[in-house]
Amino acid sequence: MADVILRGRAHRFEPNDDINTDYIISGRYKFKIDDMNELAKHVMEDIAPDFASKVESGDIIVAGRNFGCGSSREQAPRALKAAGVSAVLAKSYARIFYRNSFNIGLPVIVCDTDWIVDGEAMLVDLEKGYVMSETSGRQATFSHLPKTMRVLLNDGGLIPHLRKHGGFSFD
Amino acid sequence: MGKTITEKVLSKHSETDCHAGDIVVASVDFCMAQDGTSKLMIEELAALGFATPKPLRGAAIVLDHSSPSPSAEVSRIHSVIKDFSAKHAIELHDVGEGVCHQVVPESGRVLPGDLVVGADSHTCTYGALNACSTGMGSADVAAAVHTGKLWFRVPEALKVDISGGFKDRVSAKDLILRLVGDVRADGATYKSLEFSGETLPSINMDGRMTISNMVVEMGAKFGPFPFDAVTSSWYASIGLNPAAGVTADDDASYVRTIDVDASDLVPKVARPDRVDNVCDVSECAGTEIDQVFLGTCTNGRLSDLAAAADILKGRRVKKGLRLIVAPASRSVLMRSIEAGIVSQLLAAGAVFVSPGCGPCVGTHAGVPSDGERVLSTANRNFSGRMGNNNDVEIYLASPETAAASALEGRITDPREV
Ligand code: SF4
Repeated sequence: MADVILRGRAHRFEPNDDINTDYIISGRYKFKIDDMNELAKHVMEDIAPDFASKVESGDIIVAGRNFGCGSSREQAPRALKAAGVSAVLAKSYARIFYRNSFNIGLPVIVCDTDWIVDGEAMLVDLEKGYVMSETSGRQATFSHLPKTMRVLLNDGGLIPHLRKHGGFSFD
Repeated sequence: MGKTITEKVLSKHSETDCHAGDIVVASVDFCMAQDGTSKLMIEELAALGFATPKPLRGAAIVLDHSSPSPSAEVSRIHSVIKDFSAKHAIELHDVGEGVCHQVVPESGRVLPGDLVVGADSHTCTYGALNACSTGMGSADVAAAVHTGKLWFRVPEALKVDISGGFKDRVSAKDLILRLVGDVRADGATYKSLEFSGETLPSINMDGRMTISNMVVEMGAKFGPFPFDAVTSSWYASIGLNPAAGVTADDDASYVRTIDVDASDLVPKVARPDRVDNVCDVSECAGTEIDQVFLGTCTNGRLSDLAAAADILKGRRVKKGLRLIVAPASRSVLMRSIEAGIVSQLLAAGAVFVSPGCGPCVGTHAGVPSDGERVLSTANRNFSGRMGNNNDVEIYLASPETAAASALEGRITDPREV
């Protein structure tokens, strides 16, 4: 069973909308590095060069609209996860990134994020469906994850899901 | 209640009566991956104990993104891919055959009404062939290759109704750029864009592929055209004769209809560094450029090279400007040679690189220098897109605008040369 309560510091970026997969992990590393921990050292480097050295295990990325647009590279959510990111909060996601994230076991949540301040201590409750700033006490709710996504997170991602059940099993 | 093309394709493949919003597990007809995404997919397939592809028409890997290999590291990845595909009956398209989204259609493995997934975001291109086709990550594609199935949320559909005729030197790229500019980068997220209207018979398959290719730049999942005479004659040209495809019901429900009058269109440009930062060419005309790139899965086909050659023949590109051309496939290159297009472009000063992605994603040939400005016929202009360089500005436009701009060394309206 995956963790349902996630805790970490909020990281915001500039720009906050349309953070594309090239910003998350540049295409120039795609052929160069295949060790995810190495890739994690370059995560977000084009828009926040110090992010990879600052991020701590459990930290949470906070973004605006259309997070993860651009290429289908699965390295994007994987590099975030390898860097220690425990969840992403954004107003919306590009669809390939959204699927990829659940497929590799990274929860990505759709909710209002304007109120979240960079550096705040955040808590995300996947089960009850809310996000809270432990710094300011403010919170926001999000709608329940579709069952397909909950099953995938619980199983640790798509490949472990297929291994466990020998096929798709969402019922 | 009537159904969209999307609902019909997903109903048939899931053996259910599904509508927008439902989540279904559906059988997949064909899967593809390219050299940048295959390595992860191979690892995931190995973890699944994979033997041979289950989709009806199998699976293919195309070596196109970094091809021929520029380094020993990439060569090692290519070797792993080649060994794996030979062992597991995955069709391999070796270096030089072309960009995946041209090679796959030419191979005849995608048929009208098919459901296709590929580990490349522009897999939506096969919408032009009346398929529901979309890009996914390696884990999804591995799952589909291994099981022959995948889960889908049935997307709501937007209808794009195209009327009127295109003016001279205005083309499919201008139409799709205009659409991206209006709908914006996330305006069609999770949706299917279905094309229709009186103008479709005059948009050839190359133009349709240009349009379906870029639906993902609005966040869309699928971009199907209906099956019609253009579809069947294109299939005849590759030696196939599919009986029929899928058309939407008259009472299908769409979340929105977007009307585009092609006769209103002017040449369009997407300015750096967002695809939806679209303007009329007149608004950025005169901007000096260092490199023009003609190619990619968006605009590297025969009609695109012909449109550029029509403007460049008998003339020379501006001194100091690089015009790089990457034909979308070997077949495109051969047909361009036969038609005299290649010699016209070479005589005008073009540099040809091998069929494939070329400079599009900055992994090998044609990487611009720091601070340069590029006008490209590709589909993305994000900062850093064309390689390990700084402050490169990428403008996106049609082959016609690219050719005119190459002549002048600055962004130029193709109707003025
Ligand atoms: S040509 Fe460019 S956009 Fe198309 S598949 Fe290749 S890298 Fe991707």
